[in-house]
Amino acid sequence: MLIFTLRRISLFIFTMLMLAMLSFSLSFLFPGKSVINLSGQINATPSQLVTLNQDYQTDKNIIKQFASYLSRIAQGDLGQSMASQSPINHEIVKLLPATIELSLVALLIAMFVGIPLGFIAAINHNKSSDHAILSFAMIGYSIPVFWLGLLAILLFSIGLGWLPSAGQISLLFEIEFVTGIQFIDILLSDSPYKWQAFNDASAHIILPASVIALAPATIFIRLSRASMIEVLATGYIRAARAKGLNSRKIIFRHAIRNALIKIIRHVGLQFANLVTIAMVTEVIFSWPGIGRWLIESIYQRDYTAIQSGLLVLSCFIFIVHILTDFIYAALNPLARGNAHGS
Amino acid sequence: MKTSTLMTSILNAKHLSLVGLTCLVIFISGCNDSNKLSLHERSIIYCSEGSPETFNPQLVTSGTTIDSTSNQLYDRLIAYQGQDNIIGPALAKSWHVTRDGKKITFYLRKDITFHTTEYFTPTRTLNADDVLFSFNRILDKSHPFHYTSGGHYPFFESVKFSELVEKVEKINDYTVRFQLKRSDSSFLANLATDFSIVLSQEYAQQLSQRQAKHEIDIYPIGTGPFKLKEYRVGSLIRYYRHDSYWQGKAKIEQLVYDISPRETSRLTKLLAKECDVSSYPIAHQKITERKDLQLEAVTAQNVGYFGFNTKKAPFDNKLVRQAISGAINKQALIDTVYQGQATTAKSLLPETSWAYNDNTPEQKYDPVKAKSLLEVAGYPQGFSMDIWAMPVQRAYNPNAIIMAKLIQADLKKIGIKVNIITYEWSAFLRRLSDGEHQSFLLGWSADHPDPDNFFTPMLSCSATTTGNNRTFWCNESYDKLLQQARLTTNISKRKQYYTKAMAIIYEEVPLLPIAHSKRFQARVTNVKGKILANFGGIDFYSVSKKNGIKINNTEKETTN
Repeated sequence: MLIFTLRRISLFIFTMLMLAMLSFSLSFLFPGKSVINLSGQINATPSQLVTLNQDYQTDKNIIKQFASYLSRIAQGDLGQSMASQSPINHEIVKLLPATIELSLVALLIAMFVGIPLGFIAAINHNKSSDHAILSFAMIGYSIPVFWLGLLAILLFSIGLGWLPSAGQISLLFEIEFVTGIQFIDILLSDSPYKWQAFNDASAHIILPASVIALAPATIFIRLSRASMIEVLATGYIRAARAKGLNSRKIIFRHAIRNALIKIIRHVGLQFANLVTIAMVTEVIFSWPGIGRWLIESIYQRDYTAIQSGLLVLSCFIFIVHILTDFIYAALNPLARGNAHGS
Repeated sequence: MKTSTLMTSILNAKHLSLVGLTCLVIFISGCNDSNKLSLHERSIIYCSEGSPETFNPQLVTSGTTIDSTSNQLYDRLIAYQGQDNIIGPALAKSWHVTRDGKKITFYLRKDITFHTTEYFTPTRTLNADDVLFSFNRILDKSHPFHYTSGGHYPFFESVKFSELVEKVEKINDYTVRFQLKRSDSSFLANLATDFSIVLSQEYAQQLSQRQAKHEIDIYPIGTGPFKLKEYRVGSLIRYYRHDSYWQGKAKIEQLVYDISPRETSRLTKLLAKECDVSSYPIAHQKITERKDLQLEAVTAQNVGYFGFNTKKAPFDNKLVRQAISGAINKQALIDTVYQGQATTAKSLLPETSWAYNDNTPEQKYDPVKAKSLLEVAGYPQGFSMDIWAMPVQRAYNPNAIIMAKLIQADLKKIGIKVNIITYEWSAFLRRLSDGEHQSFLLGWSADHPDPDNFFTPMLSCSATTTGNNRTFWCNESYDKLLQQARLTTNISKRKQYYTKAMAIIYEEVPLLPIAHSKRFQARVTNVKGKILANFGGIDFYSVSKKNGIKINNTEKETTN
């Protein structure tokens, strides 16, 4: 387990180094001076420019420059946003939790809808319910997310008026920022309208989370179906059948557990996919997350925000990958000896 | 086995979260039946079109800022009241103007409290010091707060306030006197605008001591029906009710401005009931179709017009101007360019103004008469002319190019060939001031409802030199009428003067008034009370929510 951990950590460090290098080189590739792109101080006075040049060691060779850039990132200094002129790490700390919250809820929805559906399809292999579920998965996978989002707003917000179309919570509720995860903040707050706020936040998250969940859910359907079919064909299931266990017991006691293990590691892989979908969805549903912020930064040519946002987002996704690797390893001892990274 | 226990716990967790989900659904469906009014029913969310630049209306003329601040946070000494925009008491319970019109004394109410907020707790009620502070900040360049937010007071500069006011005096704690250099009947109108608000001198003093003078326009303290709770740039403004408001507290407890610059997102939020009121809505048809939504409009105090350069041939001839005015089908312009969202301008002054006289003559569409007038003027074969169309979109003229094309078609019928010319906006205005044009499409938005604000800046002789009067029409009897009207405060006399002035405009036609555009707003039907004011910014003081009635958004039967 120690070697497994060390291997993951070294992989993490090298990947982050590569990403930082990419982000650093972006500052030269973007128009304008690299020191301005890195720091985001577009209105710097000449004297401020001198200090900036010293801080980023622009007069030294490129390796030294990169080293000073790395040390600044390590200290949590990501420069300031060219558009709003506020420190980027503050903005990210405020926005990232909202994205995490949305993605997690979407992931949960995708898992709790996708995996059981896949199992049902596998158990009824080649029957009409199998075909129905598979075609649903195909359709769901093919629908572009921006179109689905707009359609969902049109139907559920405007047409039926059931669910709100924009934002994280109605602006009427004042929830103090503690963790940034809205549900936790609501529970921590001492507002007299806690439960109204909780209801409202739940109603707000349903549409965007469901829209994001659709594509991963269809993947989970296909994965869990395949893995279940595989498990059902193994010798120990046949042995259990031969022993006379009824199919209900076979599936709940033996098949599901073994099929799930194969899916767990894909959950982590899907998370990256999910965050990408979430970025587009955040724009449609005005969700105050990092995806919307990043896309707005692109519109505003806010190079500092683009660089740092990409770095933080990829770092976050990588951490999620490693975490799922650990969970997988904890669940499946065979994986710990795996010589290759995931 | 270790693995199996973990899996069991995962499965258990799954069951647990299923239970949790069920609970959530029950919550969402069942929890709204609390007997107390919910927060939603006691609050209003307004989808506004932009962020305010500041919280002090003295510093701006932008409509967005006025809408967000003026009537919500502050009061004025005097205010416009009723349909006719007559000036009535507000912070001043009464006022007195001396016979020569140069000394105006205001007697203040004694029961007016300032906002108590997280950043300021007032120890006294409003008195003369606050009024002095508010106006001296504008007038006195050596005032400690004059340059605090840049030192520009655009409205007051445009009405030449500091040239008019000699000084502001404190007579006693509740009496203030303005000394003017000359009599000016629009002075009271200026004091009643959304810009002439009263700030707290006590708050300013505290800020000075704390070395935080700039905060006065960022964290506002006023006497208005709402006080600032929270402002997030580009996102929201949250106002709480000012419970000890002198006119009685507002019916809603919370007022939130949801800043949504995109008009489609304002429409979506309105349709999804995420905001109760929306500014400048699009898709009017869709809104009027729905039973649960209402579209309302007020005619704004503006005018879009077609002006002639009276210093250039052939427009130095009154008959030509009359002929062209008669040949233009105004109704078609309003239907096409304003899409029916405007009223025909019968004269310079909107019909909602108190000075408007119903008997004012109007240029009628009559191409036959126009043709004969042209013959009398000596142009039986017609001629060729230029129309300068403004390149930008304004409420008073949403599309000047299309309007110019329609006029082109109308004038072709009486034998006049029209070339349409346009320049980039600043160049357009500069060349107009230089008098390079023959005729032009432009408009005017009034700063305050005093009728003088329409007549003097647009058509007086003095305005020809400043470049505001682009017709270069200078008529002595017209100017004399305006001057007489300014010198008297007798409303019926003033109305008579302005009626005569409008008759001169009708006769001389230096310009052809085309339309007064409307300002639109949409709201959810259960929001009651007036928001759009006859003049100036919006006001949420008298707004309430009627609860318990659920209106389905089934479509109305078409009545037309």
